[in-house]
Amino acid sequence: MASLWEYANPRKFIATSDLVLPWVGGLALVCLVVGLVWGFFFTPEDYRQGASVKIIYLHVPAALMAINAWLMMLVASLVWIVRRHHVSALAARAAAPVGAVMTLIALVTGALWGQPIWGTWWVWDPRLTSFLILLLFYLGYIALWAAIENDDTAADLTSVLCLVGSVFALLSRYAVLFWNQGLHQGASLSLDKEENVADVFYLPLLVCIAGFVLLFVALVLLRTQTEIRARRMRVLLARERMG
Amino acid sequence: MPELGKYVFAVLGSYGISVAMLVVLCTLSLMRARKMRRDLAAIEQRMRRDG
Amino acid sequence: MRAVLIRDLRLAMRAGGGFGLGLAFFLIVVVLVPFAVGPRADLHQVIAPGILWLGALLACLLSLDRVFALDHEDGSLDLLATAPLPMEALVSLKALAHWLTTGLPLVLAAPFLAVLLNLPIDGYAPLLISLALGTPALSVIGTFGAALTVGVKRGGLLLSLLVLPLYVPTLIFGAEAARRGAEGLGYAMPLAMLAGITCGTIALLPFASAAVVRVNLR
Repeated sequence: MASLWEYANPRKFIATSDLVLPWVGGLALVCLVVGLVWGFFFTPEDYRQGASVKIIYLHVPAALMAINAWLMMLVASLVWIVRRHHVSALAARAAAPVGAVMTLIALVTGALWGQPIWGTWWVWDPRLTSFLILLLFYLGYIALWAAIENDDTAADLTSVLCLVGSVFALLSRYAVLFWNQGLHQGASLSLDKEENVADVFYLPLLVCIAGFVLLFVALVLLRTQTEIRARRMRVLLARERMG
Repeated sequence: MPELGKYVFAVLGSYGISVAMLVVLCTLSLMRARKMRRDLAAIEQRMRRDG
Repeated sequence: MRAVLIRDLRLAMRAGGGFGLGLAFFLIVVVLVPFAVGPRADLHQVIAPGILWLGALLACLLSLDRVFALDHEDGSLDLLATAPLPMEALVSLKALAHWLTTGLPLVLAAPFLAVLLNLPIDGYAPLLISLALGTPALSVIGTFGAALTVGVKRGGLLLSLLVLPLYVPTLIFGAEAARRGAEGLGYAMPLAMLAGITCGTIALLPFASAAVVRVNLR
């Protein structure tokens, strides 16, 4: 019996991504190395934050990807709900750990960046707190995928969770803003990239952002391939078991 | 090495941890991808033989 | 519809139904807090609104896995799904039953437990109002989480992981309302936000919960 894929879509996806993956991955690596080296070695210090501003080259791209990964999962979940393309559901599953790592990087770099400024290892700054909550959403999503055996059921449940979670994540963002601003604490130093609009900072930042985006795409392509194959294997194993 | 002053721990720590996490993520993803490719090929081989 | 509700209430009330467990848990948590933070009454006073809110929230969480589990185990959930009652109404009734048997008793118990934590006299009304407004949201959100995990064996921990992040907005506004009230400040704004969340979840979340139950019953 020839190696038959159940759907043309997964086969096309794997074929296309096999072609594209080396290029995307290679380009990601180039952008990351160039951007990080440029940012680390060849940019001046910020007059207010000193050398710690160099953390921006990790913190901002990671934070952007943390959000964008979740948005991609949201879109993929919607596509699954409406059009039932398995590749879409599996792509969302594949993206989640990448998004979680991005969130973790944003949190760690954010905390380390703030430490010399605030004097403590962690502050409940609204932005950092929102990312912490986002991490919890990622973990819950990943855990739900892992807990359900049936592939279709898992895809359905996790896509609804992603939808509902997105609404609550947005709600939490505003709640946290209210929660911290409302307590009249001293204005927290903004880790915003708006502070550093000068070209000399901005260009390497763009390169790093590009690198992170490309890395995300490469990892999702790779991991979705793996998920497709894993699903295929489960089907074949079940078929084998039934003789 | 640029002058990091008092931020040496924060900056080097950030770069170190972030790069380490990315490397681990990529390595694990590649390893799992490779394993899945192998296992699937093996099972398809088996089915072709027996089928 | 009333029959379904009464059945759920009766199930919760009988021995082994879990009624009272939530209350007992709430009491235990509140009693444990002074042991954890030290005996200073002025400290308890500061954290009292938050601790009471958190204790109520955790107690709500505890009884969530019962919402669908019993019916799912003996097959009555499948039967109810085929009944003329729409699934959205069914999950709403489940949430209501959960609130009546868990949330509402917690709200009523809160003032008594507040005494243990030295809550200022100004804080009692805000605490009661915020809990009364917020616990329905906790039941509705919790019902969604219970629907997600109904097919998972020993899914209690997963249920907590899924539901607790969803509880954050409710907790923030509810505890803030209680806290501001205890300090004698105006607390209308967080209370309004809390009411908004409760109304929004009651109106919209049952659709998601119903969809999820249907998926799990396939």
